[in-house]
Amino acid sequence: MGENNGQKLNDTQWPLWEVFTQGKKGKPHEHAGSLHAPDAEKALENARDVYARRKEAVNLWVVPSDQIVASSPEDEGPFFDPANDKPYRHPKFYNVPRAVKKRS
Amino acid sequence: MQVLTLTKQQALFEYLIRLADDRLILGHRLSEWCGHGPILEEDIALSNIALDYIGHAASLYEYAAEIEGKDRHRDDIVYFRNDVEYKNLKITELPVGDYGFTIARQFLFSAYSYFLYEKLSAVDDEQLRGMIEKHLKEIKYHLRHSREWVLRLGDGTDESHERIQKAFDELWTYTGEFFYMDEVDELLSSEGLAADTKEFQSEWKKLITETLEEATLDAPNFNQFMATGGRKGLHTEHLGPLLAEMQHLRRSYPDANWE
Repeated sequence: MGENNGQKLNDTQWPLWEVFTQGKKGKPHEHAGSLHAPDAEKALENARDVYARRKEAVNLWVVPSDQIVASSPEDEGPFFDPANDKPYRHPKFYNVPRAVKKRS
Repeated sequence: MQVLTLTKQQALFEYLIRLADDRLILGHRLSEWCGHGPILEEDIALSNIALDYIGHAASLYEYAAEIEGKDRHRDDIVYFRNDVEYKNLKITELPVGDYGFTIARQFLFSAYSYFLYEKLSAVDDEQLRGMIEKHLKEIKYHLRHSREWVLRLGDGTDESHERIQKAFDELWTYTGEFFYMDEVDELLSSEGLAADTKEFQSEWKKLITETLEEATLDAPNFNQFMATGGRKGLHTEHLGPLLAEMQHLRRSYPDANWE
């Protein structure tokens, strides 16, 4: 899995993994950081020790960093700028009933 | 000749001290890795486990002090006892060695702790049972962490295989003590307050043997000479210097506090 894993060829460290923590059941997993590990099981254990030892999580995901496909800074214009002048895409022109507001 | 009869209270105090001493001494040994781990993630993992042990020891000492009823604080028990009064297993006081040695010891001890605590989670003492149940969750993780490393080091490179095999070969002689029992254990077992170590010895052996096999390591000779003495305060030469380091500040400045 990921021989280079986003690292330089002369880098002798273990592959890099991205860690996602879920703070509460039902909540989304959020990116917590990254770490090095030789394989998936050890990546999960390291994630527990590095990112979940202070009650930060109820569930963990670890993903090899080279498996993440990211948009590049050059994509910023074509990807995100068109959203700037389309406020009608936000559902903010409705009156939210008080009972619903309270819950959120 | 005077025949001393052990009371239930004395036996429970002694039993708690033995459990606590194992964890304090091993926790202290492991803490020596803090800042020296082979990689950052393992440094954090080992320091975490060290803290778990010291936490387990702290609550056991506190309960021991309560059972003793002499108004001693747990710190008095830790900082003002000499090596002969420490009742930890010899395996816990051995120097850290290399990473393979640390992992081999962690695996042997965690497996023993796991089976012991499984038995103790049914003791007839609500306060002790509460502690055991809480600590057992952490012990399960310690076992997982060390077992996974044994598999990787044993079935890893030639060097890692050789080093961890050597570590296990050196450690076997200290494993017989896990199952040591004397009048303390016998009295408490009959009262439902302690575990009979014979009841989980074969399960322990099975887990160790199967894991070593999976890790392509040689199975141990369980019938070799086994070191004993820790439970009676007879230790290796390694405990004294450990205690000296741990106790010297408190003994030099007994009234020191954090203010």
